[in-house]
Amino acid sequence: MSTEREAIAEAPASTSGLAGPRFRPGESAFRWMLFACLAIGIVFLGVLLTYVLVEAWPRLDSRLWTNFPSIRRPERAGAQSAISGTIWVIAFTGLFCLPVGIMAAIYLEEYADPDRWYNRLIELNIQNLAAVPSIIYGILGLGLLARQLGLGTTVLTASLTLSLLVLPVVIIASREAIRAVPQSIRQASLALGATQWQTIRRQVLPAAVPGIATGSILALSRAIGEAAPVILLGAVTYVAFNPEGLDSAYTVLPVQIYGWISQSREEFHHLAAAAIVILLVLLLLMNAAAIWLRNRYSKRW
Amino acid sequence: MTAPAAKPAAGTGSRSLRQAHPRYAEQLVKALLMIAALVSVATTIGIVIALIPPTVDFFQRVGVWEFLSGTVWTALFAEPEYGVLPLLAATLLITGIAVAVAIPVGLGAAIYLSEYAHPRTRKLLKPTLEVLAGIPTVVYGFFALAFVTPRLQDWWPFGGDGPEIKNALSAGLVMGVMIVPTIASLAEDAMAAVPRSLRDGAYALGSGRRTVAVRVVVPAALSGIVAAFVLGISRAIGETMIVLIAAGARPDLSWNPLHEMQTMTAFIAGAASGDVSTASFEYKTIFAVGAYLFVLTFVMNVISIRLVRKYREVYE
Repeated sequence: MSTEREAIAEAPASTSGLAGPRFRPGESAFRWMLFACLAIGIVFLGVLLTYVLVEAWPRLDSRLWTNFPSIRRPERAGAQSAISGTIWVIAFTGLFCLPVGIMAAIYLEEYADPDRWYNRLIELNIQNLAAVPSIIYGILGLGLLARQLGLGTTVLTASLTLSLLVLPVVIIASREAIRAVPQSIRQASLALGATQWQTIRRQVLPAAVPGIATGSILALSRAIGEAAPVILLGAVTYVAFNPEGLDSAYTVLPVQIYGWISQSREEFHHLAAAAIVILLVLLLLMNAAAIWLRNRYSKRW
Repeated sequence: MTAPAAKPAAGTGSRSLRQAHPRYAEQLVKALLMIAALVSVATTIGIVIALIPPTVDFFQRVGVWEFLSGTVWTALFAEPEYGVLPLLAATLLITGIAVAVAIPVGLGAAIYLSEYAHPRTRKLLKPTLEVLAGIPTVVYGFFALAFVTPRLQDWWPFGGDGPEIKNALSAGLVMGVMIVPTIASLAEDAMAAVPRSLRDGAYALGSGRRTVAVRVVVPAALSGIVAAFVLGISRAIGETMIVLIAAGARPDLSWNPLHEMQTMTAFIAGAASGDVSTASFEYKTIFAVGAYLFVLTFVMNVISIRLVRKYREVYE
């Protein structure tokens, strides 16, 4: 793949020589225009990060993770309940969605006959779910889980809702990891008399684990940043205690940030920026873990 | 009499390759895995089940036509009117601004990455661009409200009052940058799937790089590129936090991007974050708007999925 791409990138330099040594101002202007497009995104990223960091600087200290939120006294407010809430919710989201997502991926890659209408339906359905707006999942959680099943606005409801939200991401990433295991491994195992499940459990899954883990971490890091569905699920902004169980009230970092942004006083903006820094650091750590896993354990067949 | 005897005879006599005896555990595993896969179907059914009853209740009191064509949205007022057009207009205007930014920028970035960048540069730039996609939307919202809007107000060159504190323009611009990586990454995938022979053919005829990119690669990957656009539009329509924070909560049918306005998603989030009792009519309003949003994005997603299929069929 990469060598072929390299060839594509190299080829024109020599072939365009065949068209004559003519200087083409349009060519280089076009090239710079394209590069500018890419640069817009990257410059934007740089400005955003710098701005957030500068805004956060005055409030980036231990108050942030030792104190609880306070409406009246921003100088004493912290985000401990939001940080612990995020950890609770994400831990259970992982617990719910990873087994289901990975099992679904195994079914779709190893068992499903793609010509059957129901397997095609499952596949189409996953593609569509991946693009359903997150707030619609919030409506699902509110209408079905919180109200009709009576789970209320608790850690459990939030984790279940976020699990359903990132399930398509987990499935798609795990499928890619499973697909990358060469067919010859499976054939060798089956030829030695292993059953299909034995083949999957002892050969395919161990080989696919790094890819699955990477995809799962990235999926969970998406769940961490989601605010819209959780707002619908009663993540109140001023929760002055850490969650104690699945049936506990809770708040999460993005919702806490939203709450602080909505306040008009200047101090709260610094507080919001500081909480954003914490959120981004959390995401950065997860992404770094994913990249490390991929580089450390990925196999080339 | 003959039937039980015939079975083992067939197994041993013809040396059938079928398994000697049924493995129930294997079947059980397969069934379990399939149930896991069906959870995703159950999710879709769950969404529909959650949406339909309150929506039906809603439309028993408010006419469908009144909802779709009404120009005043005051759902949470004492004397409510339920015309969804202001919410739809805000959604479409902000999506339009976002798409006007994201389509050219995303496509340009994709062409650069696919046709111009050195493989080593691409390896560095593509993940950097994808970091943008990983930033939580609440952060974009904060940036739009606290950084972009004040800059727009300071530097407003066109006279008049300039943008309000909350306005559609800065929400749309920031959202545009947010969907750039989505579009760039999918469009680049589509261009990478264009066979090299097509490019070689064009180079052999003496085309320059730009001609090859614009006249050969982009048209060949067009359905994939359009799918990327459609998916980007669908994301913009469904995006909540940026518009909730930066575009505001006042329904407005002026189509003026400098005004504060409320989108469909912002209404849902705003109305549901208060304490709405299940029995109240406001609660049903949330679901009616949600159902409309779901249908809109569903149509876009189906179009996008179909288009992606098409380019896969052509070259694989």
